[in-house]
Amino acid sequence: MLKILIAVVRRDLLLAWRRRADVFTTLAFFIIVASLFPLGVGPEPNLLRTMAPGVLWVSALLATLLSVTRLFAADYADGTLEQMLLSTEPLTLIVLGKVTAYWLVTGLPLVLLAPLLGVQFDLPQGAIGVLSLSLALGTPALSLLGGIGAALTLGLRGGGVLLALLILPLYVPILIFGAGAVGADAAGLGAGAHLLLLAACFLSALAVSPWATAAALRISME
Amino acid sequence: MLEVDQLACMRGDALLFRGLSFRLEGGALLHVAGRNGAGKTSLLRMLCGLMIPEAGEIRWRGTPIRAQREEYNGELLYLGHANAVKDEFSALENLRVACAVAGRAVSETQALAALEAIGLAHRIDLDAKHLSQGQRRRVALARLLLAQAIPLWILDEPFTALDAPAVALLARTLEAHLAGGGAVIYTTHQDVLIASTSLERIDIGEFAPC
Repeated sequence: MLKILIAVVRRDLLLAWRRRADVFTTLAFFIIVASLFPLGVGPEPNLLRTMAPGVLWVSALLATLLSVTRLFAADYADGTLEQMLLSTEPLTLIVLGKVTAYWLVTGLPLVLLAPLLGVQFDLPQGAIGVLSLSLALGTPALSLLGGIGAALTLGLRGGGVLLALLILPLYVPILIFGAGAVGADAAGLGAGAHLLLLAACFLSALAVSPWATAAALRISME
Repeated sequence: MLEVDQLACMRGDALLFRGLSFRLEGGALLHVAGRNGAGKTSLLRMLCGLMIPEAGEIRWRGTPIRAQREEYNGELLYLGHANAVKDEFSALENLRVACAVAGRAVSETQALAALEAIGLAHRIDLDAKHLSQGQRRRVALARLLLAQAIPLWILDEPFTALDAPAVALLARTLEAHLAGGGAVIYTTHQDVLIASTSLERIDIGEFAPC
């Protein structure tokens, strides 16, 4: 069981490495959006500090939404996805492997870059820590839920917009808890409650979305 | 082994065929014929369980295939229209990854031997994007050489883009598989002679609604 998971993760990481440009596009988008805000709203430190968690979280969410459409697209186009559906291994594990690899190449870099971008907004040390932690818990949930949308809109024209409409309602709670964690920490309430809720979002996404994605893929491939 | 009972297929609003039934035993070769758009690929995809038939049932060793998906997948090898070959991978990587994802991991030695047998020995480390259409097809077909033990092969246009020696090689591979008790279902528009004790032919056009 673990063998197929590792095989799929390795395959997708190698593919991502061979088409590095795609990965850098997502990262560049995240950095550009997050960097334009301080320039746009002016150098008022208090305002920037208040905005920072929201801006960084929205940028991370949009970066995920933009790139998740490609999760199954290439495999669908060249017939590999068909072969995955005909594997003797459970499709849910293959899906989980693909989402894991996707998070490692798009989600994890966002988590690692966020502290650096936080400095641009003059976020204090403690808040940066909470922000990174909230992104580390939130981005896997974004990737998992995005997988369902990507599978449902596979092969559709204008799939990107439809995917956004389908997935945004599920993303909103994660955005609220994620950005709220930093705000709560700054207000002295402690980020614990928000982070636990984020962890709950992640775990329920982990429990449900590989199955939902696998079912959606079978429907899309008909 | 495989029983198909009163199958019907809809694509969009059009009924492509109905009332299609046949039985296939080990060692049998089934050629699915029909004009373009008659529903050959749809039929093959239904037989794989990728598409749900509009009506009718497909049974493998007496049990409906939908009730035993993973077991059935283990006894089936499907090569579709698309080669399922990744541009970014070399021939060797493609073959090994395809086998691993299918749940039948092979060693590097086995994969190398298969690629050599199919005539890609000198192109093993080249990225697939530099291969010709026929060479990419050969990478996909190399999976057959590693799958002699799998009883049912379903091949959609396996001979397209291949040169004469490759067509002959593929025909010999199919013959060996049939002689070993395996069954083959395939479509083609080319005249390829495959020696078989039990050759059947289905023309989908005969099942089209009037």
